[in-house]
Order: sequence, then structure tokens, then C-alpha cells
Amino acid sequence: MSAAHSIIKTVGITKVYGMGDIQVAALNGVNIDIHQGEFVAIMGPSGSGKSTLMHILGCLSQPTAGQYFLDGEDVSQLDKVQLASVRNQKIGFIFQAYNLLARTTALQNVTLPFLYNRVNPKTKEESLKKARTMLELVGLGSRMNHQPHELSGGQQQRVAIARALINDPVMVIADEPTGNLDTRSGTEIMNLLHQLHEQGTTIVMVTHDPKTAVHTQRTINLVDGQVDTITHNGKHRIETAEVPYEAN
Amino acid sequence: MKPTEALTIAWEAVLKNKIRSLLTMLGIIIGVSAVIIMVAISAGTEATIQDQITSLGSNLVFVQSSMMRGGPGQAQQGGLVYDDAAAIEDGVTGVTAVVVEQNSSETIKYGDVTLEDVEILGTTVGFPSVRDMEISDGRYFNDQEIERKSKVVVLGYSLAQELFGETNPIGQYVKIGNTKQAVIGVFTEKGLVGNTDFDSRAYLPISVVFQKFTPSQFARFMGDSVRMIYVEVDPDANLDNIITQIELLLVKRHDVTLDSADFSVTTQQDIISTQESTTAAFRSLLAWVAGVSLIVGGIGIMNIMLVSVTERTREIGIRQSIGATPNDIRIQFLTEALLLSIIGGLIGVLVGVGGAYIFGALSDMRTVISVSSILLAFGSSAIVGAFFGYYPADQASKLDPIEALRYE
Ligand SMILES: Nc1ncnc2c1ncn2[C@@H]1O[C@H](COP(=O)(O)OP(=O)(O)OP(=O)(O)O)[C@@H](O)[C@H]1O
Ligand SMILES: [Mg+2]
Repeated sequence: MSAAHSIIKTVGITKVYGMGDIQVAALNGVNIDIHQGEFVAIMGPSGSGKSTLMHILGCLSQPTAGQYFLDGEDVSQLDKVQLASVRNQKIGFIFQAYNLLARTTALQNVTLPFLYNRVNPKTKEESLKKARTMLELVGLGSRMNHQPHELSGGQQQRVAIARALINDPVMVIADEPTGNLDTRSGTEIMNLLHQLHEQGTTIVMVTHDPKTAVHTQRTINLVDGQVDTITHNGKHRIETAEVPYEAN
Repeated sequence: MKPTEALTIAWEAVLKNKIRSLLTMLGIIIGVSAVIIMVAISAGTEATIQDQITSLGSNLVFVQSSMMRGGPGQAQQGGLVYDDAAAIEDGVTGVTAVVVEQNSSETIKYGDVTLEDVEILGTTVGFPSVRDMEISDGRYFNDQEIERKSKVVVLGYSLAQELFGETNPIGQYVKIGNTKQAVIGVFTEKGLVGNTDFDSRAYLPISVVFQKFTPSQFARFMGDSVRMIYVEVDPDANLDNIITQIELLLVKRHDVTLDSADFSVTTQQDIISTQESTTAAFRSLLAWVAGVSLIVGGIGIMNIMLVSVTERTREIGIRQSIGATPNDIRIQFLTEALLLSIIGGLIGVLVGVGGAYIFGALSDMRTVISVSSILLAFGSSAIVGAFFGYYPADQASKLDPIEALRYE
């Protein structure tokens, strides 16, 4: 393995939904390891547990069993308040549905994470200054005071990316970031993510589109809540997972 | 999240839904203004009573007949008689003046004007000073006129207006019952004191009333019945002592026991206490009504905040996903509820003060706006907001981030 410092390391993560008679095991022993600066795609059929995994990696929910080390810290036992702090400090989450606050300007949306930043509190001026820089970075310097309903889907997703980056997270997690976009806007968002990757940001992204996936370094294929195959896109090499179902 | 930031978020949320915010505040507005207006009305009533009591004349003891001696043909016995007054004046120490009063109800005519059932009050010379009445035109009758049973009359303010209008009543004759009486004076306006309208009465020498309007076959043996004896006492004297003296004296004169007395002795203090207990009951009723409306207002806030939390589930999810803790969410919604109730409280204060003022100006009732009622109403609106806002805010804080984000 590479010497680069591990950002994500999961050990036998499972997630079981439903407390009663009907239990759904959305994840069934997932072991993955993602290094600093990597750009990883997660693929798999619908219902294979991609979103469930992203929610756990994004500290939005806790695994039923297993361990999750984020940036070296075991976060699988943290309480709600500690998880909130981890989300604020270490994770930038990008959603398929953008999830911007309605009737709130792009600039205010981007500054929002500062509101809950207790570790490095910033003054209002500092937050606004940084938010402007981030919006310029994603190419929305001229749309700062627009509200979501005044922006196209692609532009809204750029605002969401700016928001994800504002607290200097250790990684960005994106669940189908281009899923709601047409091909052109989708390509623009992918280019933006590539640009961020080249600047050193660690990115984990769920996608349905193999053409999008090949532009990442690695593709992790999930099937039935387990890692099925891992593809190294640059080298076109196929590795088998720890618990293989069938080799292909 | 700093308090100022929480306040900013809450303020923006309130502004984003102006109509709904206003509707939410309506209950609080009504509750707070109800408290202020109602307290203003009851304080006004109390002030009016206080004024009336002062205008009753000071240091008065009221000796009242509790049994009226019958009219012609009725063989009832008991009650106060005219001579009791003199006996009190002579036999009780600490008495400065005694005034007697006997009344009847008669028809009064002047020219074309006929007024029926006018109260005719026979009284003595001390009456204007003891009851704090002033003559505006002419004069009051004197002792000689009482002794000679002179056919003179002094009119109350509104009675004079009704009978004479623009005409100067002094020197005119009015027909009271079957007797002609010369108008020698008119009182200034006095208004209602308790239930008594001082302005609609005709004031006559008491001897004339005895002779013409309340004649009795017993008068020859026992003296003329009177309705009331006012005893004005020395301000420094011991009131209880004087009351006891009066009671002992009259019990002896009337040959009765205190338990079966045909008279009652009361003081202004007694009247004040009765009136005060009435207003206190009134006030506590109003306080209940106002308090209930505040609680209803609070339930309104809770209701809308619950709707608001549901509607903004996604917003809550977004905030959680970028690092809001349960406490951050709770504070946000609690601040919003508090802000709504405080703004509602402020508007309620304006409406209440304005309403009390307008109510006082447009109706007969007096209103006194008190600072304490404003503070009380405003303070309780904030408490109500915090109390009823807590539950929805707590519900919001317990939402699961993923479920909140998935909410459509
Ligand atoms: N809250 C939940 N309660 C019960 N079951 C759930 C819940 N969330 C997800 N699941 C189940 O877990 C499994 C994995 O769901 P998940 O959303 O992770 O799939 P996915 O790979 O993201 O699918 P898609 O490609 O359609 O987005 C599914 O069978 C789903 O029905
Ligand atoms: Mg999914």
C-alpha cells in the first residue's frame, strides 16, 4: 500500500435497518481504505448500500457494528454532539439534491458551516471573505447574492461544493453529485471535482455512470452491502475484494 | 452558535413568513392586550370608587333605619326618628355635626314639564357640608325655614336642567305632589356616588317632607321617622368608641337589644371594604380570563411551531449535515418561539394601551393604565413563549439527520 496517510479506514462495517421482525442488512462487513488526496468512485446496483455507506463515512449515521477511523480517529463510538462537530470540521458533504437553504443567498449558504464551527470560530467579516473566495473558486463570483431558485442546477451544485469546502475538510463526500444534472452541467461539476482533486482534496463519490467513474483513480464496487471489486482506473487492474462472491 | 446569530436566524425566519408569524402572534397579542385593558378597567373602577368615597365627605358614620315605620294605616313600629339625631348630637362625645334625611317619591311639575317618581329628599342645614355638595345658583335653606316649614326647594343639577332648560329656576315655583314650592337654589353637578344620583333629586326642608309627604299617625307619639342620620365625627376621635356610644344610646332609646336593633351603624370604611371586595372579585375574574387567553396564545405558538418544524424538516437536516448539534437546533427554534411571543407581546402592549385609552375615552368607564400590568403581561408572554416553544424545539433537535434530509 501507499505510504500516504489514511483518511478513511473501515473495519467490518455493517448497517442493519429495522429493529423489529423485518431486518435489512444494508451493509454487510465493508472494509475500505482511502488515502489522503485520493479520488475514489463508489459504484454498484441500486440498493447495494452506496448511500448507506456514504452516510456512515459522512458521519450522518453510525454503523451497527464495525469500526470507522476517520483521519486516524475512531468515530464509530462518538455521540451525536461529537459527530456533529466531526461533520463540521472534517467533512464536506455534497448531495444529489444540492440541499441548499431556500430563500437564502448563495453567500449565506456558503457561510452556514461557520455558524456551527466552535473549533475555529471566525468573525463575520472573515467568514464572508472566505465564502467569497470559495464562490469565486467554483466560478460563481457574479452570483453570490442569488438565491437557489434563481440559480441553475449546476450552479446550485457549485454553491453546495463551495459550502462543502469552506471549513477546510479532510475529505469531500459526494453522493451522486451529477445525478440531477444534464450532461453538460454534469461534466462541469466533474471538472470542478477534478480540479479540487488536483489541488489535493480527498474525494469519495458515488456515481452510476461508468464514464464518470473512469476519471477517478479507483472504483469500489458494492454489491449487496459488500465490497465486490476494486478497479484501479488508471492501470485498468482488477483486484478482488476480501470476501469475493464471484471473480470476473 | 452565538446568541446574536440565533437571534438573526430567528428574525429572518419570522420575516420570511410574515403572515404566518402574525397569525401565530395573534393569540399572544390578544392575551397581552386583554390583560392590560382588563387591569386598566378594574383599576379605573377602583379609582372611581375611591373618588366617590372621598366625595362622600370625610369621617362619616351612617346610622340607617333598618325598619321603616309604616305609612298611614300600617301599624309597624321601630326605625329611626327625628329626635334620635338630637340625642346623638347631645349624648355622644366626638360628634361634630349631625344631619338627618328622609325621602319620598313624588311628581314634580313646572309649566309643561311633568316628571314622575322624582326623589324628594327632606334634610337639614348641615347636608351640603356633610355630603360635600355645593350650591351653584341661589342658596340653601336655613334653620328658620326648616322650623317654619317653608315651601322652598333646592334642585339637583340634572333635575333643574330637565325642568327649566335655559330658564333661570331661581324664584320660580314648582309643584311637588300637591304643594307649590319656591326654587331657592341649584346644586352643582355631583354625579353618581355608589347607586345614588345626587343630581336628579329635589332637596326640601325635612319638616316639609314630614308634613306633606311622609305623614304618620305615630309621629305624634314617637316622632317623625327618618331614613338616615349622618354623624360627622372629629377626625381625631376613636371611631369604634363613637359607634359603640351611638349603638348604646339608640338601643336604650328604642328599647331594643343590639341583636334585634331597628337601625344599623356603618362607617365609610365598611362601604370601602364592600366595594373593594366587589372589585377584587371582578379583578380576579378578569385576571383569569386574561390568563386563559395568554395560555391559548401559547398553545397557538406551539401549534404553529410544530407545523414549522415539520415544514422545515429538510432545513433542519441540512443544518445538521453541516455540523449543527441537537442543542443548536433546539436553540434556533426556541429563539424563534421566544421572538414571536416577544414581538407579539410588544404589539399586545401597544394594542392594550391604545385599546384601554380608547375604551376609556369612548365609554362611561374610566381606565387607568398601570406600568405593572404592562410588565406583567409582557413578562408572561415571554414565559408563555419559552414554555410552549420548548416542546417543538426539542422535537426538532431530536430529528435524525438522514431522515430529515430525505423529507420532502
Ligand atoms: N432508513 C432505512 N430503513 C430501512 N431500510 C433502509 C433504510 N435506508 C436504506 N435502506 C435499505 O438499505 C438498502 C441500501 O440502500 P441505499 O440507499 O444505501 O442504496 P443505494 O446503493 O444508495 O441505492 P441507489 O443507487 O438507488 O441510491 C436498501 O435495500 C434500502 O431499502
Ligand atoms: Mg443512493
